[in-house]
Amino acid sequence: MSDTPALAIRDVRYAYGEHEAVRGVSFDVAIGEVFALLGPNGSGKTTLFRLISTLVPLQAGDIRVLGASVRDQATAVRGQLGVVFQAPSVDKKLTVLENMVHHGRLYGVPSSQLKQKARSMVERLGLGEKLGATVETLSGGQRRRVELAQAMLHDPRMLVLDEPATGLDPGARSDLWRYFTGLADEGVTIVLTTHLLEEAERADRIGIMHRGELAALDTPAALQASLGGDTLILRTTDGESLAAAIRDQFHLSPTIVDGTVRLEQPNGHELVPRLIESLGSQIDAVTLGRPTLEDVFIARTGHQFFQDSED
Amino acid sequence: MSSETLSTRPVPVLPAIVTLAWRELVRFCRQRTRVFGALGQPIIFWLMFSQGFQSVDLGYAFQFPGILAMILLFTAIFTTISIIEDRNEGFLQGVLVSPVPRWAMVLGKIVGGAVIAWLQAMIFLLLGWLTIAEIHPSITSVLAAMLLMMVMAIALTGLGFYLAWRTDSSQGYHAMMSVLLFPMWLLSGSFFPATSDSLIRYLVMVNPLTYGVAGLRHYLAPEATIEGGWLPSLGLCWAISLAFAVAMIVASTRVVETRTKGDLK
Repeated sequence: MSDTPALAIRDVRYAYGEHEAVRGVSFDVAIGEVFALLGPNGSGKTTLFRLISTLVPLQAGDIRVLGASVRDQATAVRGQLGVVFQAPSVDKKLTVLENMVHHGRLYGVPSSQLKQKARSMVERLGLGEKLGATVETLSGGQRRRVELAQAMLHDPRMLVLDEPATGLDPGARSDLWRYFTGLADEGVTIVLTTHLLEEAERADRIGIMHRGELAALDTPAALQASLGGDTLILRTTDGESLAAAIRDQFHLSPTIVDGTVRLEQPNGHELVPRLIESLGSQIDAVTLGRPTLEDVFIARTGHQFFQDSED
Repeated sequence: MSSETLSTRPVPVLPAIVTLAWRELVRFCRQRTRVFGALGQPIIFWLMFSQGFQSVDLGYAFQFPGILAMILLFTAIFTTISIIEDRNEGFLQGVLVSPVPRWAMVLGKIVGGAVIAWLQAMIFLLLGWLTIAEIHPSITSVLAAMLLMMVMAIALTGLGFYLAWRTDSSQGYHAMMSVLLFPMWLLSGSFFPATSDSLIRYLVMVNPLTYGVAGLRHYLAPEATIEGGWLPSLGLCWAISLAFAVAMIVASTRVVETRTKGDLK
């Protein structure tokens, strides 16, 4: 019974005309997991979000939410999903309570419980005193909380969110994640997209999207550990010749990303003095650090994270 | 958990339709300029046309059914512009991913828009009835006219919905209004009487709105006609108005199965 994943994605492909935005993606998300789809703009993560949320129909492959296919059981899927779009879907001209009640009717929440549920959900998100305020008078962070309260109103078993932290200050972002963790503990599965590396780090598991494909899939810790030890970034005027010199003298395999030479090494700190000693004249600056998700992205795709826009 | 046990409680359709329609009304009332424009414009037009045409003996009573049709048409159009706003603001996406069937969403929107249009026409009907001596219909005629206006309101809101769904910007919709909807009103027999065998006469005859206007003329101002003017029978007026409404609901339910680029913003 519990072996059915909350979300099962199998060889999903999607094209906008000629442009193939998602090219054969497969993965599972377990029940109660917080899963982040990380990728820069144009990586296909938002397309995947639209397919999961049933906003656009599937072209190829299969997506199952708690065992139900978005293709032919869309109504069952929709009843189980709470969806938060990047653009707010609350009505600015209505009050918070009116929005909630409206949403509840669209999801078939029985009228006897509707107002009570709406109140308690809004209170849980700390907006109790704003129930009667029209949404256009609220701040961006408060609107996002109304969206969340609305998405959770019908007790969905899975919450899908497109860039939920966009436009939130760090405090509000922290609150948001505390809320996600609480929901996950209650058995709600959370799938979100993000282009923020520091945000993805807080998820249980990450799928890194790059040009429509899944470039990596694991826990944040495992992804970082997979690079082995430290990341060394060497700044130089001539990356090619520095990389060649490192290959010759140290028998390592550096990569060149955007003019910088990068090395993933178990004991990076020991390597630094030796590098400076032999190749110091070619090195302008050295950065030594634990691998970040950005390093993982670069290692897996060979591209800078923020450079890779739509092409 | 197998997919069979996932079959969720079905969403009751009626509350969903009512809530969507109710939202239209609430939004309308909260935008004061819309209320003002929707009532002000027909009054100004009525005064202008009636005064202007008095030289050819076509006064307030003759213009009255056409002005009612204008209120219905223009309010229906302006309320359906909200589809484009809803789409751009993201509200529509939220409705599209809810378990409510598409046809219920269409009905909610159309009923909401039609009720707004109809209520305004009612205010205007009362105004004409109270102020113009030649407008003195019986109570049954007024009730029949009210019903006919509801049918017309549904047909026109349906038409507006159909056009708005396929349009990505409100500017595009305004263009559609100028080339399609405004001429539709002008050629409904409300403004130019269709007298001679001319192109205009044929256009008036194929225009479904003509039969709504003619029906209202039968009920509200039967004496205010032009000699040699063409007035279809009441039965035909009802048949075509009903068919128009049904056709527009069907067309709108079909069109929502298609997506537009706007959904992918």
